[in-house]
Amino acid sequence: MTDGRPFGGDRSPILDESIRLAFHTVLVLSVYLLFVGHNAPGGGFSGGLVAGAAIFLRFIAGGRAAGALPGLGYEALCGLGLLISSVTGVAALAGGLGFLESWVFEREVPVLGVVKFTGTLPFDIGVYLVVVGLIAAIVDSLGREADTSETHALDPSHDQGGSR
Amino acid sequence: MTLLILLHALVAVAAPALGRVLGRRVFAWIAIAPLATLAWLAPKLGHLLDGGEVAETTTWVAGLQLEVALRLDAFGALMVLLVSGIGTLVFAYAGYYFHERPDLGRFAMLLCAFSGAMLGLVLADNILVLFVFWELTSVTSYLLIGFEDLRENSRKAALQALMITGIGGLALLAGLVLVGQQAGTWSLAEILADPPTEGAVVSWAVVLILAGAFTKSAQVPFHMWLPGAMEAPTPVSAYLHSATMVKAGVYLVARFSPAFADVGLWRPLTAAVGVATMVWGGYRALRQHDLKLVLAFGTISQLGFLIALFGWGSSKLLFAGTAMLLAHAVFKASLFMVVGIVDHQAHSRDLRRLSGLGRRLPGVFVVASIGALSMAGVPPLLGFVSKEAGFVGFLDAPGLWSSVVLGGLVVGSVLTAAYTLRFVWGTFSTKPEVADPIGAEVARPSRWFVAPAALLAVVSVAGGLLTGVADGLVRPAARALSVGAGEYHLHLWPGLGTPLVLSAIAVGGGLVLFLGRDGITAVQDRLARGGGADQVFHAGYAGMLRAAARITRVVQPGSQMVYISLIIVSFTVLPAVVLVGHLAIPDDVVVAESPFQVLVAAVVIAGALATVITRRRFAAVVTLGIVGYGVGMLFVVQGAPDLALTQVLIETVVLVLFLLVLRELPKHFWSRRERALKALHVTISVAVAAVVFGIMVTSLAARTEVPVGEVAAELSYREGEGRNAVNVILADIRAFDTMGELVVIAVAAIGTVALVRARRPREDVEVPPDRGRSGAGLEEPT
Repeated sequence: MTDGRPFGGDRSPILDESIRLAFHTVLVLSVYLLFVGHNAPGGGFSGGLVAGAAIFLRFIAGGRAAGALPGLGYEALCGLGLLISSVTGVAALAGGLGFLESWVFEREVPVLGVVKFTGTLPFDIGVYLVVVGLIAAIVDSLGREADTSETHALDPSHDQGGSR
Repeated sequence: MTLLILLHALVAVAAPALGRVLGRRVFAWIAIAPLATLAWLAPKLGHLLDGGEVAETTTWVAGLQLEVALRLDAFGALMVLLVSGIGTLVFAYAGYYFHERPDLGRFAMLLCAFSGAMLGLVLADNILVLFVFWELTSVTSYLLIGFEDLRENSRKAALQALMITGIGGLALLAGLVLVGQQAGTWSLAEILADPPTEGAVVSWAVVLILAGAFTKSAQVPFHMWLPGAMEAPTPVSAYLHSATMVKAGVYLVARFSPAFADVGLWRPLTAAVGVATMVWGGYRALRQHDLKLVLAFGTISQLGFLIALFGWGSSKLLFAGTAMLLAHAVFKASLFMVVGIVDHQAHSRDLRRLSGLGRRLPGVFVVASIGALSMAGVPPLLGFVSKEAGFVGFLDAPGLWSSVVLGGLVVGSVLTAAYTLRFVWGTFSTKPEVADPIGAEVARPSRWFVAPAALLAVVSVAGGLLTGVADGLVRPAARALSVGAGEYHLHLWPGLGTPLVLSAIAVGGGLVLFLGRDGITAVQDRLARGGGADQVFHAGYAGMLRAAARITRVVQPGSQMVYISLIIVSFTVLPAVVLVGHLAIPDDVVVAESPFQVLVAAVVIAGALATVITRRRFAAVVTLGIVGYGVGMLFVVQGAPDLALTQVLIETVVLVLFLLVLRELPKHFWSRRERALKALHVTISVAVAAVVFGIMVTSLAARTEVPVGEVAAELSYREGEGRNAVNVILADIRAFDTMGELVVIAVAAIGTVALVRARRPREDVEVPPDRGRSGAGLEEPT
């Protein structure tokens, strides 16, 4: 973990601050895309990519390689995504439908009014998480690779165990 | 029956934990599984021996007609008796064989798991289920042979056994599938009731099935894994490699023989291989100094005998084979147990050093002698009675070849008698010429340690003397194979006829060979240059690895450029061959729908050209991005916002990825000197473009059906309740595909991390300074 930017050069306060502002906005946009996907352009895949772009932004600004979201590594994201989408499929089986067959939920909910969503939503959430996980994994590994290749020569402890 | 197999699995799973608590006593506990099986079988035995059956079916994969169909008849009951009966005895024996050690729980687990797999194998009626259990016995056997996993020999032998039986297993699978398809059913009983015997497919299927049986039952030339398997602890040898697992191949031949003996090469192959195995195994047994190896080669020899008997397929020989199967399992298990006892007490199995054991351990001597006499075919033991039945069967079989086979079997029996004598003499005799003998000081074994072997010896005697009792088991079992085979009887005293003469020749000849053993050994030593089948196997294995390495060097040179070129060239050439004759242009060609499309296309083309021309990587990435965004624009123009969104996002992500990777790469592509290479790349690219364009144009012209898109759009709103057809297709209509793609993405994530990590020093693991690198214990030996 180093300070400074991955592509060299000095830190730019303007870039840092604007990305800090944009980061959460872009994340919200990605979640929006995830939820509207059923009826409008978007969906889990697109939403995941947008969230991935947010991670990139933060990485470029701060050179912070590790982790996508606080406390969630790429393993957790991919695993959780796979779990959610497969559980969706199995739940449909348990409900008497075919594997991954979709269903419709439509009900009057206080405050929100009529809420309607289908079985594809949880599945799409799984897609979203796996895509974010992939991008987090790439940034995490390739990004950190760059970090260490710069600090490598300075730190003698890296000479151990690196014979392969 | 399914429950019994599950019980074995359950006990096996519990065994490691039990082993930690109970130590050696764990073997008494895991014996619950085979004992339960016997207890379950006991009340049904009468019904089964009267020709009844017990069947049970559990659906597994309904769509594939795959069901766990189990069926027990009298022959199966005989096998279950052997598997669970001898299993119980071996478990009891193992409790005395081992000294206390921490991994006994694991051993017990494997032994019990094997027992369950073997039980499933003999109960299975669905041949695919049979195959699954077949492979499970191979795998558990592999783990048991390699139990002493710190010894290199052990690992080597285990791997050899797995490879040989594994390859045979694949052949068996192919054979079973072919037979099953020809018969139109996977049920063993139905196939055997109405066997498909016509046609070349079945003749090949028969050879494949035999290949599986031969590898499993250690027939020449696949026999070398069995002596190697003697690396396993002796209870394993006594159980798997004499009485049960190696009988799997025999079992299969026995089941199929009544229906398929006349098909293709079945009879010639089983007869030739069986006789060759019997003679060769017996011959090799005469050279061994390790008692366990004497028995191992003896087992190979006896398995050859069984294959020859069953493979012939006539009723009389099926009956004889069934009797011999029982006799062999009983005497060979007891003899292996005796070797284990000797090894345990004397710490040696070398017959050149053991001396005076017979006087020191008279009880063991008696037990071993009974087993040995049964093996040699001496009256009044079960082995003699069974062998006589075999001789009678071949004497009565028509044709010249049956006499040739009989001759081979007599030679094999002579060798059998000879190595039996060698075994008994080698183990128990007092040899004054031995300079440094082991024997006189040996501690006497516990009575319970000898008891299982003694019990089996009693069975050998009883089976011979009380032929009526043995008959009661063997006749129904044989009848279950083939109705006619149940018509015969075992005879303790066959009368003064040819069979008795042949038996006399066998025993007498064996005695002569034994007395002239020094000469035999000398001759064998002179002949045995150039190494045995084992060396052939290892040389072949090493050669295969070398060839694989050489091929890998050619097809995997490590150059990404070569890989990509190979992939796209083959992707181009194959369709191009088809395309040449079928190129077509649709009637209503629309070049462009709007001027905007032309504009975007021009930008895309310009970007592509710039990518090829530029020598700087960074510029190439940017121009490639132009191509990608341009295609996204085309989607927008076409009215596909979702595709466009995805395309633009992907393009962005790829761009950033490139930037990350670019930091590690040189700034420029190549120097001007490599013009020839560049020309080649341009040629390949143009060819790919031409072929792809040709395919797209032709496929547009070839359309005969309504595009699936229209149906899907309609369907996605009606069925999927969504207005974004792309999303509904991905997440609903073809959600299963998407599921698979998700797995691919997750694997790609793991792969990326692993690839990058492979060339990066680990920083997240603290290495204790005092232990350093060597302390990790994970380094490969240099």
